[in-house]
Amino acid sequence: MPDEPKGCARVTGAILGAPPPQTAERNSFSHSPMEEPMTARVGRPAPDFNAPAYFRGTFKNVQLSDHVGKWILLCFYPGDFTFV
Amino acid sequence: MYKELQQLGVEVLSVSVDSHFVHKMWNDHELVRMVDGGIPFHMLSDQAGNIGRAYGVWDESQGIELRGRFIIDPDGVIQAMEVMTPPVGRRIAETIRQLQAFQVVRDSKGAEATPAGWMPGDPVLRPGPDLVGNVWKVWKPKK
Repeated sequence: MPDEPKGCARVTGAILGAPPPQTAERNSFSHSPMEEPMTARVGRPAPDFNAPAYFRGTFKNVQLSDHVGKWILLCFYPGDFTFV
Repeated sequence: MYKELQQLGVEVLSVSVDSHFVHKMWNDHELVRMVDGGIPFHMLSDQAGNIGRAYGVWDESQGIELRGRFIIDPDGVIQAMEVMTPPVGRRIAETIRQLQAFQVVRDSKGAEATPAGWMPGDPVLRPGPDLVGNVWKVWKPKK
């Protein structure tokens, strides 16, 4: 269910089933890369995730598995204020 | 282009490491001047790069996500992916063609396949013993 992100409490996407992010370590440069929970491959299930999103004037959380039953085009890009 | 995606029943999700607050600023201050009514799809925030890592598009040297594009079918299975370095933008027409081709294959329950260069309306192939050695009869490459 897409629910409202609570203020600034949740600022990033998370892979479902992955261990909860340790906020104290998240921005630490010495932090060792987390184990890959899943790796995207064609013909395999898409790794599920939950992330805060902006959509037509509102903020809401989006979970990939909530959209099962539809074709999805998932696009990553380097950053806002660049061309998509 | 977005209208075409809607007609194909495709939901678009975009992801970057910017916060959803920055997505709003970008939409309200720049994109709304380029797209009538602003961005019509969900713009997701992945500031820690967790989603990017799972999809193999996380660039840890720059702390950004590469231009990755994934077609996910209604069962949640990835059917196609494309990853590009940042300087070159995408061409959505090819993505739409691939979506149309995957939809044809899915509608046929996997009985049909689309040959190289296939465009909507072109003949499809029905892989099986009779097709072996006979593709030339049904499929004539234009170039």
